[in-house]
Amino acid sequence: MTSPFEYAPAPESRAVVDIKPSYGLFVNGEFVDGSGTSFKTVNPATEEVLAEVAEASDADVDEAVKAARRAYTRVWSRMSGAERAKYLYRIARIIQERGRELAVLESIDNGKPIKESRDVDVPIVAAHFFYYAGWADKLKYAGYGDTPLGVAGQVIPWNFPLLMLAWKIAPALACGNTVVLKPAETTPLTALLFAEICQQADLPPGVVNIVTGAGATGRAIVSHPDVDKVAFTGSTEVGKAIARAVAGTDKKVTLELGGKAANIVFDDAPLDQAVEGIVNGIFFNQGHVCCAGSRLLVQESVADEVMSRLKRRMATLRVGDPLDKNTDVGAINSAEQLAKIRELSEIGEAEGAERWSAPCELPSNGYWFAPTVFTGVTQAHRIAREEIFGPVLSVLTFRTPSEAVEKANNTPFGLSAGVWTDKGSRILSMANRLRAGVIWANTFNKFDPTSPFGGYKESGYGREGGRHGLEAYLKGADN
Amino acid sequence: MSRIDVRKTYKLYIGGQFPRSESGRSYVVNDAKGTLLANASLASRKDARDAVVAARAAFGGWSGRTAYNRAQVVYRVAEVLEGRREQFEAEMRASEGISAARARTYVDAAIDRLVWYAGWADKITQVVGNANPVAGPYFNLSTPEPSGVIAVVAPAGPLLGLVSVVAPAIVTGNTVVVIASEQHPLTSITLGEVMATSDLPGGVVNVLTGTQAEIAPWLASHMDVNGIDLTGITDEALATELEAAAADNLKRVRRPAPDTDWLAEPGLDRMTQFLETKTVWHPIGV
Repeated sequence: MTSPFEYAPAPESRAVVDIKPSYGLFVNGEFVDGSGTSFKTVNPATEEVLAEVAEASDADVDEAVKAARRAYTRVWSRMSGAERAKYLYRIARIIQERGRELAVLESIDNGKPIKESRDVDVPIVAAHFFYYAGWADKLKYAGYGDTPLGVAGQVIPWNFPLLMLAWKIAPALACGNTVVLKPAETTPLTALLFAEICQQADLPPGVVNIVTGAGATGRAIVSHPDVDKVAFTGSTEVGKAIARAVAGTDKKVTLELGGKAANIVFDDAPLDQAVEGIVNGIFFNQGHVCCAGSRLLVQESVADEVMSRLKRRMATLRVGDPLDKNTDVGAINSAEQLAKIRELSEIGEAEGAERWSAPCELPSNGYWFAPTVFTGVTQAHRIAREEIFGPVLSVLTFRTPSEAVEKANNTPFGLSAGVWTDKGSRILSMANRLRAGVIWANTFNKFDPTSPFGGYKESGYGREGGRHGLEAYLKGADN
Repeated sequence: MSRIDVRKTYKLYIGGQFPRSESGRSYVVNDAKGTLLANASLASRKDARDAVVAARAAFGGWSGRTAYNRAQVVYRVAEVLEGRREQFEAEMRASEGISAARARTYVDAAIDRLVWYAGWADKITQVVGNANPVAGPYFNLSTPEPSGVIAVVAPAGPLLGLVSVVAPAIVTGNTVVVIASEQHPLTSITLGEVMATSDLPGGVVNVLTGTQAEIAPWLASHMDVNGIDLTGITDEALATELEAAAADNLKRVRRPAPDTDWLAEPGLDRMTQFLETKTVWHPIGV
């Protein structure tokens, strides 16, 4: 039976984006053919092949680093901050002008809902360039000196392709560094569109270089002897490998790695708001978020109430076509990631947790996973310890604030946490005791260019965003 | 007949106690001319692990104290050290063979450094933290917090070097396990005695004497250590090995700095190296 309240399809047009059949690398201001092989990027919602993309070889990476070094030495590090700022402002403006194009392409290549790429990703990307543009001629006020490091090698993940690019490139350029950036192999297209934006802004050649490829290309960048700074966002496992690879070198490193955030709901929390926060915390971007609230810690006295409201709310989530403006949950980014989510979910069931998935019809093509919640989870369960990186929530209960803190902190990660309560003093005491880089109280998954983001413990080191984000790209006032 | 002097047995400083090495080993420390000064404990892997356990146990209480209180405790260390300056000068002259004037300079500098860092305890938050003007109705504040348990390989120049690497780590709320200068370990243990009587809770500072090559790898790969300061490592290969081992749990690493001028005023970076930035968000509304 069709509900009278069913939404009619509201697809965003693909016509605003022109996807080329093949893409080269962006080196020294030009698109060039790579010397390696090429690979395909697909639309995860349909499995349609979108384009062939060059896989940069060691030699290609070397060319890109050389271009970045030349641009650094001859142009970018010599330019006044005020002039650098104007280029960054230009880029920010072009991102706004081409915002729809960027959002549509991001949703096609990544699988995320258009309402997120349009209303969250792209506006924050533009805001990052605006924010750091303004720092370029004010570095001496930030407290980290004003000496850039040189060439930055940057490797970013597939969950927020454009946003992570902005987090990496905007502060690097503002501080006077030049960059070689590698987007993830499953989501290279918006980075290549960004390369066109750099051309459109007349950014001097070599200041930004984009090389596409997979792990081997990333390793070539990280281990290149003429790279002064390594910035990585991705898995903890790869982060550790990078930390080992740079041991004994002079390279400065920042790592933004995994998380297993606790979202803690007390019995006095406004429950409907908390449920919205839980949903936003774990189902935003299909749960492909390093700071996702993947462990719900709910006070025992309201656990049943929260669960029934949560399931009712989850049943209203619309899963499907990422380009439909009504879609809440889009496609899983790749077959590989879908397999990992399925595997961990099966382990959750095998270990005795109770699984419930929102009733929804999944498209027959593409990579899909229904929003899922596990109850009866203990701290020993793998689904409570390992990052699933998908729309899967594990629910644990607690009785006292101390027990909540104990359970929340009981992981090797320390990226983020959420607290839901009406009591201000409890919020502040929980915020003090939680070992995580970002604490969202009575809200979740909020980001802003002015606000530092980054983890404790094995969630990595360094901060991105805000004044603190400049430190990663400057020599430091003390050195 | 002349009086027979009472010679001191130098032990480890772990969890506020002065145990011998569990391995039962010690090593000979000679003075500058090569004659025996004393025996020092030769710490083992187990001693290093015990020290980490003590440092972890002390972390919650120490980091939970008010910054004002931590400042007072570190200042108290300076006070007690000032009162025992002759002992330190004599020990340094004997073990390092330096002049009286030079020993005095180093002791002065060590005391002054403690006072300098004590003053930072309740100011560092204001200097490196801030409110963030986010584009939305949110209260949003970034503040620094200690990383946790920090392993420190102290540089040579046992008193000033040790104070210069330990004070910045503890004044910000971390707890530390220090490997003292291998060649000149004696003043490090005497400094432990000063700290033990300066209101510093047991376990906040733990001092191991022995060899870097034997102890440091266990600290670098220890999963309950959050940071490692390699300042005192002069062997490049060992430094690289330790830094790679530190990646096992993504410890914050301070790389060796062989050319440090310990008499110069240090900047903030020894403090910020082992601080995390925590950002707290809350909606603004009615």
